[in-house]
Amino acid sequence: MMYSDKVMDHFQNPRNVGVIADADGIGQVGNPVCGDMMTFYIKVKDDRLEDVKFQTFGCGAAIAVSSMVSEMAKGKTLDEAMAITNSLVAEELGGLPKNKLHCSNLGADALHAAIENYRLRLKTGGKAAPAAAAAHEHEEGACPYCEGTLEEGQKGYCGACQVDLEECPSCGGITKKGDGVCIHCGKPLRA
Amino acid sequence: MRKTYFDHIAAAPLHPQALKAMLPYLGEAYGNPQSLHSAGQHAAAAVDAAREEVAGLIGAASDEITFTSSGSEANNFAVKGLARAYQARGRHIVVSAVEHLSVLNPVKSLEKLGFSSTTVPVDGTGLVDPADVEKALRKDTVLVSVMTANSEVGTLEPVAEIANVCRARNVLFHTDAVAAAGAVPLDVRELGVDALSLAGDQFYGPKGSAALFLKKGTRILPLVEGGIQENGRRAGTENVAAIVGLGRAAAIARAEMADRASRLEPLRDLLIEEMTRRVGHVVLTGHRTRRLPHHASFCVEFVEGEGMLLLLDMQGVSASSGSACTSKSLKVSHVLLAMGLDHALAQGSLIFSLIDGTVREDVDHLLDVFPPIVERLRNMSPLYTQFLKENSR
Repeated sequence: MMYSDKVMDHFQNPRNVGVIADADGIGQVGNPVCGDMMTFYIKVKDDRLEDVKFQTFGCGAAIAVSSMVSEMAKGKTLDEAMAITNSLVAEELGGLPKNKLHCSNLGADALHAAIENYRLRLKTGGKAAPAAAAAHEHEEGACPYCEGTLEEGQKGYCGACQVDLEECPSCGGITKKGDGVCIHCGKPLRA
Repeated sequence: MRKTYFDHIAAAPLHPQALKAMLPYLGEAYGNPQSLHSAGQHAAAAVDAAREEVAGLIGAASDEITFTSSGSEANNFAVKGLARAYQARGRHIVVSAVEHLSVLNPVKSLEKLGFSSTTVPVDGTGLVDPADVEKALRKDTVLVSVMTANSEVGTLEPVAEIANVCRARNVLFHTDAVAAAGAVPLDVRELGVDALSLAGDQFYGPKGSAALFLKKGTRILPLVEGGIQENGRRAGTENVAAIVGLGRAAAIARAEMADRASRLEPLRDLLIEEMTRRVGHVVLTGHRTRRLPHHASFCVEFVEGEGMLLLLDMQGVSASSGSACTSKSLKVSHVLLAMGLDHALAQGSLIFSLIDGTVREDVDHLLDVFPPIVERLRNMSPLYTQFLKENSR
């Protein structure tokens, strides 16, 4: 099996699936081009995450990541939750296949977007509305298609899987040259 | 738990008779077919006999068959070998939008050498219109390649009509018949093709066994250069055991093809009817009737393919998908996009391809376990929630 036991457990028995109707903050990340979309709902009490719920469209890894993030975040203060990173989530899950690290490991981004959405509301008094995550943090020097590491100054090509690569002008992610759309953000690439 | 295998397009089981025929050539019969001594001549005779059987499957002559290591190699060989051998005629190639990557990528690499190409579209069922092929032909078109059947959506292309169009314009025509050969009757003379790729693992032969048919008198440049094996078309010591297995599988397929199809087609039709009836918002991909007898493929709305595959596997069901998450390239199937499906729908791709021996109970098992899987994934899908919200307004 390509996934760890922990990933399979969270995929089969995802924690905290659902929608919070009167959420204090909502965050969204992903798009159908990459195949993964996550929506996080939070309920905040005394600066703590009293409840976290999510919905995810995506692969086994994306569902497991969302579940793990919700579990890690619940009960934490907002600042503590903001310190949860995508790589911490992957570590908690006992690792993810390398090609899933980049496209499916978006849970922390969606959670952070929900917290930002809540904080913005505190200032402006608006309604909780789905807020898009800021640009996804990209792991430096890793090929998204294989286990390979890109050599310094060789960002345009992965020697391990022999794929021509380019940096997406919209999100900065490394994606395959000539694919037309970025595998991270789904935005069109320059011709 | 009942184990049901619906992934014929990835691999079909080796026929026991093919295995039995191969075994001596993995053991005591180890001679090199190029050797003059009797051990070598014994192996050469086995290769010759297999060539006859493979030729017989598609109505060819045995000297028109070149053995290769895979369907991908046969496709590479045809596209690169024919285009380069005939480039004095012109350097333009025509392919359909739904070809296998082992056709599309060689065309791309030929473009780096100065060739150009035109991609012919398909309709919503994956069908190529021969009139579109005709429109795409130019004075300098040297080669057209359109597949016989698409492994992702099962659609059978109008190969004979396209071959007609090409012949009238003196353009070479290759068809990738890897998904079709051994499953549906093919006769290279009736079809009028110049080249045809087939692979043994698609009709219960061994993996690593495949062939390219080349019409007598057709020139080709080899991919693998060296010795005089395969009439100088492909160097390298013959994989005798695989070739023998391919030959035996071809002979069995020729004899049993109609019976196999008559067993699998009703199950395929049951699967298509019941799947779309029992689960809402499921669409059939590919053509409803012009399709492989063992192939049923769908897109399930609001869910992604990998999750369904993992949950199906836990119920003992093996299937496949064209979603981005299930592919190493992280891209959704180019076939589904070419058919006009949007990305979200294409991510819900599922392919069930039946193997011989599949029975009604296997299909019933799949139909029993599948609806709860979809429901479970939809309940956690933001796309489904959004859909329900919009529909309740």
